[in-house]
Amino acid sequence: MAAAEKGAWVEIQQTILEPSQRAPTLPEDTKATPLVMRVSGFLVEGGDLGAPATVETIIGRRLAGTLRTVNPSYSHSFGTTVPELLTIGAEAGL
Amino acid sequence: MSGKDMSYAAVTARKNDIMKASMGMDYESFVTSPVAFDYERLMGDTGYSHDDIVRIQSETKVGGTPLYELRNLTEAVRKIAGPGKGARIFVKDEAANASGSFKARRASISAFEAAKKGYEGIIAATSGNYGAAVASQAAQRGLKCIIVQEVFDSRGVGQPEIIEKSRACEAYGAEVLRLSVGPELFYVLLRTLEETGYFNASLYTPFGIRGVETLGTEVAAQVRERCGKDPDAVVITHAGGGNLTGTARGLALAGCAGTRVVACSVDLGGLHMASDRDFNRKSFTTGHTGFGVPFATWPDRVDVPRNAARPLRYMDEYQLVTQGEVFYVTELLAKMEGLERGPAGNTSLTAAVTLARQMDRDQVVVVQETEYTGAGKHHNSQLSFARQNGIEVRRGDPADNVPGKAIVIPESLEQVRGRVQDMDRLRASYLKNAAKAYPPESWSPEDIAFLAADVKKDVAWVRAAVKEL
Repeated sequence: MAAAEKGAWVEIQQTILEPSQRAPTLPEDTKATPLVMRVSGFLVEGGDLGAPATVETIIGRRLAGTLRTVNPSYSHSFGTTVPELLTIGAEAGL
Repeated sequence: MSGKDMSYAAVTARKNDIMKASMGMDYESFVTSPVAFDYERLMGDTGYSHDDIVRIQSETKVGGTPLYELRNLTEAVRKIAGPGKGARIFVKDEAANASGSFKARRASISAFEAAKKGYEGIIAATSGNYGAAVASQAAQRGLKCIIVQEVFDSRGVGQPEIIEKSRACEAYGAEVLRLSVGPELFYVLLRTLEETGYFNASLYTPFGIRGVETLGTEVAAQVRERCGKDPDAVVITHAGGGNLTGTARGLALAGCAGTRVVACSVDLGGLHMASDRDFNRKSFTTGHTGFGVPFATWPDRVDVPRNAARPLRYMDEYQLVTQGEVFYVTELLAKMEGLERGPAGNTSLTAAVTLARQMDRDQVVVVQETEYTGAGKHHNSQLSFARQNGIEVRRGDPADNVPGKAIVIPESLEQVRGRVQDMDRLRASYLKNAAKAYPPESWSPEDIAFLAADVKKDVAWVRAAVKEL
């Protein structure tokens, strides 16, 4: 069974440059990794995670890659408590 | 695509043609030598007067932002300043622009130009607030928009501030191409420009910089109205140089001849900007020395043939601050002034504290921007993420701050002290880069005059400095 149906909002991943194809001036740690691109769009044909997939992006372009996630979303937050911030203020005249 | 060679080397080699097609601009006619070009003619050739720019910006919710006096912070500075010292601190609330930062000014004229010239869409390569600004302006001008962003490291992890910037672009309807770490972002930009035929809303075109001039003219007018005088100093967060160049040009246009233009960046010395490992050890994604120093000392390292942002041409002073100092002042802005704003925009506020302390009470220092804050961009998110990534976060003397290792948040306002940089060293470094591009033996009198203007010095200074290289 397909993990994602046609028309689902998904994220695909493409390898843009393999380590051997990367710019010559990079630091070693970066040069050892591929340049990877991720982009979200509506799935053109149903497919499985990890399989080749094509999406139509929000502006209507078709891009191909590997299916990475279904319903990609954002979960960034205000973070956990940073006690060092809580006490700021009094010393400056508050 | 039609069988074109899309390799890194081949696409990069087609850069000039791609740029020409994607901006409808030919830089060749302005270039006079490998180091010099007719800067003022390039800036004037946009076809837009200052009044045109004001009108275009007002159509898309850009400009006319409030200038607030930070009375409580000024009072706090006066408590620690010497007798008669403690200038009035004002802040220009640029978060009030559509998309939440001054970058809307920078995007607005490119979007207008792209629509006027009939481009279907607009593209920008940026991991900063500029992406959201371009997306927001494109949405209002009926243009499709693609933002190319460096977002995550090889583990797939991105810092919260960048994730939020990515989200904002999508919120304004843009397609976002999210990349792992590396300067080949510009290869992806070139490739996408070629594939789509869209307009290149580069940060460094005359359109971008001219758009920021209104920030300078507004500051001049608002300070004159409120204080009956010109601002004594305007502090500008400095990264790629466009914010400083545009604002300073606006101040000059308004006739603020005596206003000191002060740049400020967060010191990230020791962290490599293209390093996969260092990527998430930076707790600031912009306004830092990783951009500020290289762009000041060689502006022509960008995605257009000649950079319209030329910071040393306008900079009187350059201060560095630590990450901890900026986070401290950001927290004070919320708690003392009731303004919760993003930390990167508060870099210049941090320098303003130091400046105000040294300046007389009747003087006026203006912080010329704020940026929006929220999940991801908030300083609490950044500090929490830093701690999760093994960076020490503590209160103490900010002199103990080590970029990528320890963020030391001051224990008192007294510990907030910018570190003034040696401007002549920066200028010499610029000349060294110019010498690499074109040997000094070949410099014509016109080249030397250009270089002198580009470092805000005279010809005699350049001639003497070259001998020291």
